[in-house]
Amino acid sequence: MKFWISCLVAALAMLGLSMSSLNEYLFFAGFVVLQFIILATAWNILGGYAGYVNFGVPAFVAAGSYTAVVLFKAFHAPLLVQLLGGAVVAGLLGLGVGLLTLKLRGIFFSIATVAVVFILEAVVMNWRYVGGATGIQFTRPDPIWGFETYTRFLFFVMGLLALGSLATARYIQDSFLGQGLRAVRDSEEAAECSGVPTLRIKLVACTVMGALMGVAGAPMPMYLAYVEPVSTFNLSYSISALAMPIIGGTSHWLGPLIGALILGTLQQWVTVTISSELNVLVVGVLLVLFVVLAPEGVLGLVKKWKQSSK
Amino acid sequence: MFSIDLLFEAVLFGLLLGCFYAAVSLGLSVAFGLLDVPYVAHPALLISGAYFVYVLSGFGLDPLAAGVLAMPVFFVLGVLLYRFYYETFERRGSDAGVRGLGFFFGLAFIIEVVLILIFGVDQRSVQADYIGSSLELGDYRLPYRMLIAFAVALVLTVALTLYFSRTFTGRAIKAVGQDEGALRLMGANPVRIKQWAFGIATAVNALAGAMLIIVGPVEPAMDRIYIGRTFCVVVLAGLGSMSGTLVAGLLLGVAESIVLMMFGASWAPAVAFGLLLVMLGLRPQGLFGR
Amino acid sequence: METILEVSQVAKHFGGFTALHSVDLQLKKGERLGLIGPNGSGKTTLINCISGALQNDGGSIKFDGRELTGMQAFQRTKLGIARSFQIPRPFRSMTVLENLMVPLAYVCGMSGHKAEEEAMRILTGMGLAAKARTLSGSLSQVELRKMELARAVAAKPKLLVSDEAMAGLAGAEIDEVLDLLFELNKMGITIIMIEHIMHAVMKFSQRLVCLDAGKIICQGDPQTIISNPEVQRAYLGD
Repeated sequence: MKFWISCLVAALAMLGLSMSSLNEYLFFAGFVVLQFIILATAWNILGGYAGYVNFGVPAFVAAGSYTAVVLFKAFHAPLLVQLLGGAVVAGLLGLGVGLLTLKLRGIFFSIATVAVVFILEAVVMNWRYVGGATGIQFTRPDPIWGFETYTRFLFFVMGLLALGSLATARYIQDSFLGQGLRAVRDSEEAAECSGVPTLRIKLVACTVMGALMGVAGAPMPMYLAYVEPVSTFNLSYSISALAMPIIGGTSHWLGPLIGALILGTLQQWVTVTISSELNVLVVGVLLVLFVVLAPEGVLGLVKKWKQSSK
Repeated sequence: MFSIDLLFEAVLFGLLLGCFYAAVSLGLSVAFGLLDVPYVAHPALLISGAYFVYVLSGFGLDPLAAGVLAMPVFFVLGVLLYRFYYETFERRGSDAGVRGLGFFFGLAFIIEVVLILIFGVDQRSVQADYIGSSLELGDYRLPYRMLIAFAVALVLTVALTLYFSRTFTGRAIKAVGQDEGALRLMGANPVRIKQWAFGIATAVNALAGAMLIIVGPVEPAMDRIYIGRTFCVVVLAGLGSMSGTLVAGLLLGVAESIVLMMFGASWAPAVAFGLLLVMLGLRPQGLFGR
Repeated sequence: METILEVSQVAKHFGGFTALHSVDLQLKKGERLGLIGPNGSGKTTLINCISGALQNDGGSIKFDGRELTGMQAFQRTKLGIARSFQIPRPFRSMTVLENLMVPLAYVCGMSGHKAEEEAMRILTGMGLAAKARTLSGSLSQVELRKMELARAVAAKPKLLVSDEAMAGLAGAEIDEVLDLLFELNKMGITIIMIEHIMHAVMKFSQRLVCLDAGKIICQGDPQTIISNPEVQRAYLGD
């Protein structure tokens, strides 16, 4: 119950924010952070809960974005349809990659996800309809529902999507499925011998992860009014989406949220004040530091601190 | 619309290119194929080797010689890196998978950014007598730099294959990947052996890095596409096979060259990754794997 | 007594290496079978093929009348085949109790309080009740072995394969585990025991099967098998 009340409060707060007269850049930064909350949460469903590392985050996000582009261009589809379309296509992509590689060792899955990024990028580069290498531009629809601009509306939608993804992760974690995923992560062989249909479970987690990432990508074309492949398929997305759950803590749905808030805000600050290269360096260094020194992330550190101060 | 001539030229170029791909993948074949280390930072270290050679050649050193000079430095680097990896991850066992992958992925990005900060994003290349000129064989021109890469790759592959089958340490390295327990019983220290092997893998990377910058200009972000090429070669070859790496490299080189000829440069990067996916789907143990 | 497991002409190859050559084996319900043989003789490969961790390359494996070839491991577990591992594989991030909840959930469909009660009942029977809320990663060797067996039992098996459950244990601990296995057999569970600790296998088994180089070289009454010169040669070499 507490969770749902917090969600309602957060949703209202976001509604209030998007109606306010804050600096436009803050909305952009907020949009990016919200997107990373979804990406980190999605990543964690497969990476933290099941132990399979997705290096190819941009592929799934792009699947969402470009599906939205096609739906809008061909049918002038409303946002909801774009979101659903993005989720379905990216989810199918997750299922496909999973079917191909989840029977093998973890590292093969990880490399396969990198492969999908480059292959999809090549496809998009050669596809005139979605803009090819030069990209494609849009005119945003008129603002609706009393929002000042369409981007404010998208900010609010992103907020709702972020809450939705957190709810999904929380549901999975506490469910039958989450129990099975943990067993798979701890010992796949023992899980199989305990009756857990390991391949099936991994495929479900992979598909859900894909779908959530697609949903995170679908609003982007409308938000930026422009999509082009080079920045969309940038592998740096992966290192952030990976670092956030690891920094926050991979065994609980709160971890990716904490990681995304901390790292996301830090990233925005570094990019603006110093440079975008240094941004990647900061993420990389923090990732390595946490992986080596604090593998359970911030949540783990908090747990330890609580235990020692008893 | 293509002629047999063009196809033949593409295949020829592909064979040279493929040999080069094999050379840059040998290090990964050892580190990942034999030792099972999730060494996704391999291409980043490859690029570092290339930059190391670039710096040395700035002092007037021939790039090939610089590559050889870099080998002992990178050997030590490899030993230290493996030691660190072992102490931090392999020892603790559980969850090593995610953390190990995260570590090497993070390392790869850190290396890339450090290279950008030091050298900038522009491409760098080296000069040498053999770069820029070609051998003329009838109607075909074979660039010398590709021939050098071809030769070095052959030498490296033969050297490594012999090493792993003829020398005691080499065979111990091969064994440690398959049955660590038995090795321990024989009195050998598996960690020491793996360390040594990883050092060799990284040293090979240094020479391969020299090949990289001889064959063409380098830039820090190249490590990303080389993840595809090197892992494709290693998976295609089958884990643990050195000579297989050569064959797999040739296959990839020819495939990429033909695609380049028929469809242009925008599809060529996807070849390695596509081939990788096909292999993983159809025959994950590769062509010669154990 | 009916046959619960029928292994006919089962073979398994790894590349050029043949681990199992054409193994025939029958098991009666409630039987206590001991599987012995030197290292590398194929014992673990055989039970991997039975439990589904590996798929056999030929021949058939019938359990309770059903053909198992091609079936995935988790489906075989649901049919009633359970196993413990040579090197224990606990779910480290979970407590002992939670470890048992996994098979209880996935094989028996139990959850919540009912599952916890059932898990505690099994743990008490194994002498592990006190460790129920401890993280499984911090158990001692013998406790880990017992938990492996407890987890296998939680899947309500008809056939239990105990793969070197006593390896590395000391005198009294071996007897503890042995007693547990006898108890489980009394409840009607057919048990295959792979073990190198001879006195335990001799004590436990009603019938002994000896494997060497992927073939069964002899089977029968334990005393007879042990004194069989072929068996001794297999273990000690020529």
